[in-house]
Amino acid sequence: MIKGDTELKSEKDNEEEKGYSLTETEDELVIILGGEIDHHRALKIRVNIDTEIAERRPKKLVMELSRINFMDSSGLGLIMGRYSKMQVLGGEFVLREPCEGVMRIIRLAGLDKIIKVEKSENEKESNKNEARKNK
Amino acid sequence: MRQEKINEMSMKLPSRSVNEGMARAAVAAFCSQLDPDASEVADIKCAVSEAVTNCIVHGYKNEIGIIYITVSLYADRTIKIEIRDRGRGIEDVKKAREPLYTTDAENERSGMGFTVMESFCDKVRVVSQCGKGTKVVLCKRLRKR
Repeated sequence: MIKGDTELKSEKDNEEEKGYSLTETEDELVIILGGEIDHHRALKIRVNIDTEIAERRPKKLVMELSRINFMDSSGLGLIMGRYSKMQVLGGEFVLREPCEGVMRIIRLAGLDKIIKVEKSENEKESNKNEARKNK
Repeated sequence: MRQEKINEMSMKLPSRSVNEGMARAAVAAFCSQLDPDASEVADIKCAVSEAVTNCIVHGYKNEIGIIYITVSLYADRTIKIEIRDRGRGIEDVKKAREPLYTTDAENERSGMGFTVMESFCDKVRVVSQCGKGTKVVLCKRLRKR
């Protein structure tokens, strides 16, 4: 289905309002975080994600981190909180593609030891090569 | 011998969470005179964000107060950042600095604030007095370029 302009616009407004965008398949609910994750933004994002979890009851929750360009320890709280939530619900929880800066702080707290972190470095590399070829 | 101070900047801002981003961006912009690399800028921003968030969440819990920030740049490429509030103060500084220790778990504070500051800076000094406020001094020496 091709989306009309108005629909696209409302989706973008929605993203700004909530603090993230999201995709949902049968198996997983993917929360795509971007920009700067600090105490100010984490507050709002947390409330919205929790509503999402309560409504959709996902089997697997993915937090996609590749578009984040800053994160402090408030982001750790946000991640840990959603992880515990999914533990209680008996669902899976995954962090996807954190950049090096975000990964550093995740490691510092030892979260990578308890939470699954998916990285696709090879994929990125091959995408880059692909882009170069197409130039 | 104390290194020569080459520049200094001060700012004060109310403890509203919307100012967190501005505080770390302003400090990073001032430090850019010393030409830090990208990872050093990221370290500074993160450490400042932690200290400022502490002022907002703990120092001025349930009230709006003023946060004072002073940044000094030294000739040996050391950056000294002082972040001060006149809030409630910390009862047990040693305990507060322990990793994962938090007094605000219900708001999902991770208890990693001081640990982040310590690992992203070379030296972190905390002076606090109950009822008077808290001062955090972050020192970071940039690599030679």
